[in-house]
Amino acid sequence: MEQRVSDPLDTPQAAKPSLLRRQSETIAFVVMVAALVIAPFFTYPLFLMQAMCFALFACAFNLLIGYVGLLSFGHALYFGWGSYLSAYAAKSWGLSPELAIVVGTATGALLGLLAGSLAIRRQGIYFAMITLALAQMMFFFALQAKFTGGEDGIIQGVTRGHLFGLIDLKNEANMYIVVLAIFLAGFTFIYRIIHSPFGEVLKAIRENEQRAISLGYKTDRYKLVAFVLSATLAGCAGATKAIVVQLASLTDVNWPMSGEVVLMTLVGGLGTIFGPSSAPSSSWRCSTNSPPWASGCWLSKELFS
Amino acid sequence: MFEIFGIPSNALFGQLLIGLINGSFYALLSLGLAVIFGMLNIINFSHGAQYMLGAFVAYLILQYSGLGYWPALVIAPIVVGISGVIVERLFLQWLYKLDHLYGLLLTFGLALIIEGIARNFFGSAGLPYTVPESLRGGQNLGFMFLPNYRAWVIVASLTICFGTWFVIERTRLGAYLRAATENPTLVRAFGINVPRMITLTYGFGVALAAVAGVMAAPIYNVSPQMGSELIIVVFAVVVIGGMGSILGAIVTGFGLGVIEGLTKVFFPEASNTVIFVIMAIVLLVRPAGLFGRRA
Amino acid sequence: MRKTLGLAALAAILACGTANAQQINVKIGVLSDMSSLYADIGGPGSVAAAKMAIADYTKDHPNVKVELVSGDHQNKPDVGTNIANQWFDVDKVDMIIDVPNSGVALAVSQVAANKNGIFIVSGAAASTLTGEKCNANTVHWTYDTWMLANGTGKAMVKTGGDTCSSSPPTTRSVTRSRPTLRRWSRRTAARCSARSVPLNTNDFSSFLLQAQSSKAKVIGLANAGGDTINSIKQAAEFGIVKGGQSLAGLLVFSSDVNALGLQTAQGLALTETWYWDANDTNRAWTKRWQTERAAANKYPTMIHAGVYAGILHYLKAREAIGAGAADGKTVVAKMKSIPTDDTLFGKGAVRADGRVTHPAYLFEVKKPEESKYPGDFYKLRATIPADEAFRPLNEGKCPLVSG
Repeated sequence: MEQRVSDPLDTPQAAKPSLLRRQSETIAFVVMVAALVIAPFFTYPLFLMQAMCFALFACAFNLLIGYVGLLSFGHALYFGWGSYLSAYAAKSWGLSPELAIVVGTATGALLGLLAGSLAIRRQGIYFAMITLALAQMMFFFALQAKFTGGEDGIIQGVTRGHLFGLIDLKNEANMYIVVLAIFLAGFTFIYRIIHSPFGEVLKAIRENEQRAISLGYKTDRYKLVAFVLSATLAGCAGATKAIVVQLASLTDVNWPMSGEVVLMTLVGGLGTIFGPSSAPSSSWRCSTNSPPWASGCWLSKELFS
Repeated sequence: MFEIFGIPSNALFGQLLIGLINGSFYALLSLGLAVIFGMLNIINFSHGAQYMLGAFVAYLILQYSGLGYWPALVIAPIVVGISGVIVERLFLQWLYKLDHLYGLLLTFGLALIIEGIARNFFGSAGLPYTVPESLRGGQNLGFMFLPNYRAWVIVASLTICFGTWFVIERTRLGAYLRAATENPTLVRAFGINVPRMITLTYGFGVALAAVAGVMAAPIYNVSPQMGSELIIVVFAVVVIGGMGSILGAIVTGFGLGVIEGLTKVFFPEASNTVIFVIMAIVLLVRPAGLFGRRA
Repeated sequence: MRKTLGLAALAAILACGTANAQQINVKIGVLSDMSSLYADIGGPGSVAAAKMAIADYTKDHPNVKVELVSGDHQNKPDVGTNIANQWFDVDKVDMIIDVPNSGVALAVSQVAANKNGIFIVSGAAASTLTGEKCNANTVHWTYDTWMLANGTGKAMVKTGGDTCSSSPPTTRSVTRSRPTLRRWSRRTAARCSARSVPLNTNDFSSFLLQAQSSKAKVIGLANAGGDTINSIKQAAEFGIVKGGQSLAGLLVFSSDVNALGLQTAQGLALTETWYWDANDTNRAWTKRWQTERAAANKYPTMIHAGVYAGILHYLKAREAIGAGAADGKTVVAKMKSIPTDDTLFGKGAVRADGRVTHPAYLFEVKKPEESKYPGDFYKLRATIPADEAFRPLNEGKCPLVSG
């Protein structure tokens, strides 16, 4: 492991993670993938797919709160509207599922940009309140707009379609693989973000924003980019969920959903990479009586909280 | 009658009066929130649940002891206030030194628990609670028929709000409270029992929510989710008014009720969102709120 | 009556020889709102009604074994579809019944069509379930919005209401109530001004004020559940009924009236297809239901009656198929071919579009002094025969019919 003499004007580099840490992270990742691969043989796949969507949502949220230190109380906005646009695209525009998911993700990104540029101007509790206000405004808009179907949601006619025109997603196995791929892609993307120079700056902002500014970083821009990334991934999670369950409803844009993702992340562990992805399955939808799952992820969380 | 912007004036005044009534509830609830935040630095997300508890306790008092509205108006806030004191002693006192967000998350969790327990025992359908005999009927004001009970709500709310403001801003006890939040150590040095004052303040704020709940029981649906439907709007009111400002909460509460009422007349689709739009604007332009002192 | 039928059935079976006494196992799921807004109109009461139906049927047909499960959809379409999917896929449920909440019902109807299961709707209102969104796996019992608007609207006109003001279409019925209101005004040829008020409002005072000042003879409330309770409570506060205007509820159940109390709800006009106090059979059934439900102060609603009747008819059809293919479409087709006949709704039929027809009744809520005993809520104002009560078959735009 190299020792770097750090010049104060240089880009700060975190000390490279120790070999042991790298190993434990890799093991945890492998365990998680293995668990996800064999789980559908033991548990109802539809439930697992939704759990993965929520896990991705929680990871996206965790990016913002765990690594940048910004509590957004309106994250359901991106999740819900991602699901609405994705469902609408699949139903009314007849788009194939991958395009529908792209539409949903793009919606998350756009809304994240708009909301973020407004919200970033304030910190702490006021930031949270702005995100809540914006989410509530869009909730009432969703309630009244024609295309979202109001209280019913977009409930009939959302077809799973054929991925790339070839793979029939009505087949549960195919759908599961696709969702797993999306989840792992999102997860690794977040991992890469966190362990990159960009990610280090984010952590620096979380620890002490004033110092980061004094070092010359335009923290507002970093925060906005992180916000947009988080919103994009939340939109992706919502869009995927809409295709999986073939509906989009008001539950996903309502403020209790924002609260749920906060809880999921907290239960899993703020600021850990594996934490949020383990929580959704155990804390979500207790009424469906599904067994708590992903104990392997809990284990990895213990390794480096 | 004459018309203003195409709306007959009697309808307009009627809506203004109704807006004032709604504003009374907003003011009462945001007063409690402002007291708690101003004095304790805790964002009490369980305020809506405590409002709901007030209504439920009133209902239970009626069911099991036959005591009606007027005793409930006194008993329910005391009962719920005591529960607030317990919560403060058990949970909240560890969080004062930390960031606001921890208090928010804890009280959010508490709100979910309270709501879940209520739903478990009572289901989600509404429970009946009638307007007390002495307040039934109404006055025909010419431009509208004003139910006596709603008039009572306005009067009671104004009295409680003004009373609280007076106590906090103009009496010695209020001065102690305000000093204790600014510099607890110094105030303690003077021999004043600061932790007890803080506990009682939280209890008082919670009791305010419960009073609002009892007053709401006869006219709104007594159900476990009555609080969560209202809490977000009340938050918006508090933020607009200024999170620590008592006067801000009162003025903004009544003011926003009136604005909402006007919006319902002229532009009904926007009446749900107008408060949030104002909240977003205020947060961007003047984050401390209209009357707030802290940034 | 039922005993004779049972004996006759038994005799018929024995006469045909024991080879026809086919062992039939079915699994039924009651999917309802167990804890939320509709828990009293559906909920555990529906489960109780289901248990009674199963007990009654298997008593006379011991060769049929029925397993019952229940679930809570919490008024959320995603939870409802999850449970429905799991039931059809994993738990091998054959038939799902109840589902108050039209959004959830529409979603579950789609799931039933996808999985070729059976779905009997007793709780939901949407008339599109047997209209544009109909499918070969869904049967709609008890009521729908068309029947409600038709029943209450027509009858109000007959009894003198010629102007009306409509009410806030609320969260639960926004997509249904606007066309319903149009239908209402068309049907009544009345001057109707519609005011739509934003959804999820706790406070209807501003709307009620407008309606009061408009001096409309009838104020229609096109909302449901807790919102109806709220608007009626607040209407009582403003003295609307005392002032001479009458209230008509689009979707009001006896449990809502129970929750409101007669003092507040008096004078309300509403349409239902079953009332617990209408005759001795209903009263006896209600006593059994109250024992099953362990709730002596609750009264069954028409939804509970619909669950009971729906299960009986399903089991009848299922047994008639016997050993043959018993997938969703086949059983529903069989249900459509057998006329319905049960102790609660009388004679009726399942139409091609899935709609079950039976008579409807216009009730008015009694004044407190008119009520002689707990649960004495309604007085009957009019009876609408089965063939008039529901939307005509050719008007529904159901693909199964016009196609």
